[in-house]
Amino acid sequence: MADTAALENSKKIQTLRKSPASVLRTAFEAGSVPGTVELREVPFLTMAGLRVDPAGEAGKRLGTVTGGLPSASGEVRGSGDTAVLWLGPAEFLLVAPAESHESLGGELPRALIAALGDGEGQVVDLSANRTTLELSGPRASAVLEKGCALDLHPRVFKPGTALSTEIGGIPAILWKTGDETYRIFPRASFAEFLGRWLLDAMREYASTEVP
Amino acid sequence: MLLIPCPNCGPRDETEFHYGGQAHVAYPENPAELTDREWAEYLFYRDNTKGAFAERWLHSTGCRQWFNMLRDTVTYDIQAVYPMGEPRPDKENAATGTTAPTLTSPVSPEGAVK
Repeated sequence: MADTAALENSKKIQTLRKSPASVLRTAFEAGSVPGTVELREVPFLTMAGLRVDPAGEAGKRLGTVTGGLPSASGEVRGSGDTAVLWLGPAEFLLVAPAESHESLGGELPRALIAALGDGEGQVVDLSANRTTLELSGPRASAVLEKGCALDLHPRVFKPGTALSTEIGGIPAILWKTGDETYRIFPRASFAEFLGRWLLDAMREYASTEVP
Repeated sequence: MLLIPCPNCGPRDETEFHYGGQAHVAYPENPAELTDREWAEYLFYRDNTKGAFAERWLHSTGCRQWFNMLRDTVTYDIQAVYPMGEPRPDKENAATGTTAPTLTSPVSPEGAVK
């Protein structure tokens, strides 16, 4: 357990940090169309990259910490507010709330590293690697369809599915968290671009529909 | 645009993939014994087949896994997708006379099995 003084100090530092899409916060508010399509950034989520054979001993130990590891493309497993997204046959992305990070008094990724032990695999803190954009509303899928080649029809792309793909020409992970809610994980350096791209794609829904 | 059936993720756009060149080019057993010409041929010389061609592909924005694909260079018809390290399916069949390989088709598009 980190000592209290260090924890207090790191909490103080947290107030100074800036999320990758923070420059667009007011633009997101202005560009959102309430009840139609809304965009916001969910900053500083705790993320950890897991590379482990899910069938092996180390994979099973990690699975007990995370609430299981997904076994196929698109699958999301997890318990409570911690989710594990499938990225590859032996590669997973754990997503948890910001408070779960050890710098804010949580247990991640320390608990994962302890579970992996000296087993074959890798646990890397990737919290700063990607940011999270949350797109929601009845028109959210229409906005995404402008730049994502996946079949986003609700019959095919169901809530609780996450796929690594391209959105607006950049690589990103798309996670459908609800019927009309998507979480998009672009790399930090792509966050501003994708934020502006989504705002542009959302713009037509702000004006009244032409009959 | 090709729609490539990734063995892990299902059919995805070609832009998600990277081409890895001709498949089944074995590293020489003893590179030090090769002449300069043989070494150059290993490094740079590749088949330029008209018809079925075995090639390597990487699903770089998806599962980040390599796989082999048998593609017709004239019609762009994807004839087979098979794992790295496995022999080319159509050649093997010619020798053993087994049935044609079946394309591993995922349960649903995008691999979103629910």
